Amino acid sequence: MELSQLSITDLRKQLVNGDICSSDIIESLAHTIESKDAEIGAYLSHDPDTAKQQAQGIDLSLPLGGIPIAIKDNINVKDQPCSCASRFLNGAYTSPYDATVIQKLRAAGAILYGRTNMDEFAMGSTTENSALGNTVNPHDTSRVPGGSSGGSAAAVASNTAIAALGSDTGGSIRQPASYCGVVGLKPSYGRVSRYGLVAFASSLDQIGPITQTVDDSALLLNTISGADSADATTCDQPEIDFTLGLDEGVSGMKLGLPKEYFSDGIDPAVRSKVQESIKKLETAGAKIVDISLPHTEYAVATYYIIAPAEASSNLSRFDGVRYGNRIHDPNEIIDLYRGSREQGFGPEVKRRIILGTYVLSSGYYDAYYNKAQKVRSLIKQDFAEAYQKVDAILSPVTPNIAPKIGADKDNPLQQYLADIFTISANLAGVCGISVPCGMVASDSGSQLPVGLQILGPHMGEQTILKVAKTVESLNQ
Amino acid sequence: MSSAKTEQIDVRYVANLARIDLSEDECATFQKQLGAIIGYIDALKDVNLDSIDPDNMPAVEDSQLREDICQKNLGQEDLLRNAPDSAKGQIRVPKVVDA
Repeated sequence: MELSQLSITDLRKQLVNGDICSSDIIESLAHTIESKDAEIGAYLSHDPDTAKQQAQGIDLSLPLGGIPIAIKDNINVKDQPCSCASRFLNGAYTSPYDATVIQKLRAAGAILYGRTNMDEFAMGSTTENSALGNTVNPHDTSRVPGGSSGGSAAAVASNTAIAALGSDTGGSIRQPASYCGVVGLKPSYGRVSRYGLVAFASSLDQIGPITQTVDDSALLLNTISGADSADATTCDQPEIDFTLGLDEGVSGMKLGLPKEYFSDGIDPAVRSKVQESIKKLETAGAKIVDISLPHTEYAVATYYIIAPAEASSNLSRFDGVRYGNRIHDPNEIIDLYRGSREQGFGPEVKRRIILGTYVLSSGYYDAYYNKAQKVRSLIKQDFAEAYQKVDAILSPVTPNIAPKIGADKDNPLQQYLADIFTISANLAGVCGISVPCGMVASDSGSQLPVGLQILGPHMGEQTILKVAKTVESLNQ
Repeated sequence: MSSAKTEQIDVRYVANLARIDLSEDECATFQKQLGAIIGYIDALKDVNLDSIDPDNMPAVEDSQLREDICQKNLGQEDLLRNAPDSAKGQIRVPKVVDA
């Protein structure tokens, strides 16, 4: 078996035993990228030589000693490009600093290897909004990998990355993980520092791991989590080893099924796979409880007010003055702003900035933004009440399997509506994980993965990792 | 999804507020797409929220502020490295004041 096909846990054993060295893994990945990535398009760039330099003299006793990790192109790694898959930054920005998660990965002995494709500025759910190239689903190249962390998920699924970091603002880790058949964890808001993540919607964004296994997800969370003086929204938290107790099982656990997440709009094949996993968890000793999250119907509307509003503010920094590409010879400063933004941003980014500017504009603030923040309180309250009754919540990650490339390209609202099962977790600040729960046949004859979503309370990662590990074991 | 009571958005006007130039085609496409999206988010207008407080940030009560002390950070050279146009340790832009 190629080294690029192994999990972090398996590679660590071989590294510690002295059977392989870190450069062997990098070489194996570089070969696999060479042979596969022209078709898959998961990477925007990768530099094996720099990676091998990082690997020289790495302390293999560290928790991630010698393990290459691919990084979504919106997380700053010192001296590497960070383009957010946008023309605005492409070829015009090299990170002058490491994000906190990158500092932590380096301190744990990881090698930062490769920048993965994404929807421009993380806005989208198919990776089709990348201005820099197409990424396809490794299980069926006529279909999207999901998004916005589509490059990270496709890289892990096609064995061109051992593991990767993504970011999740409304499902951007969990949804592509589900479409690509890998494990994607969105930590609780405040669990992981956002310092050095290019901000999209600051009250919703979280960085998290995309991995082949639940064990690897826990291992990466160990490294990247923790309070950070550079991000005041990180929570003070006890040091936890998330890899401990993963095999304890679900016996005695109460798992909730929200009726709003099992509506008629779900593809019957997806529903059936999710229900099979729920049955297995019940057989393994979990008590399945029907619950309600009554404000779910307002989640998409709430999200598409709050996220664009925050984006319109956050992306005002891309004005062509301090960094990025600037139009040539503007007459006045205002032409510089307007022209650089017209030229630099793709359609989805422009749409969201305009929508966000609109909902924050004079006369509309109360009607939209303030109202959305109130509904957000209700959504948060729904979850708080649910977690009085259950330990975790189970649902599909998405209503469908990965769609065909170009399916909803001209209908953004249709794409937004498919985020229904993932966005509430971001609005409520709770944690969620997508774990593969089976394959279904598509109408093009391919077999495509389905993900089970497990949502836990704020700072409840230990619980959802344990449930995810049980699902993974039961499906092996 | 757009209904009769949907608020109309003047895309060209709002794009100007956001400092983005738009082509005629783009403006027409956005007018239609954003009209549909605003029609959808208008659903929130029907929710009674009189006694509800707006949420601020998740778990902000747990966040901790650091001591307000000077720390060494990126230097001028590092920060200017990505500037599209700079001179004499400063970023250069078109003239913003009349002489």
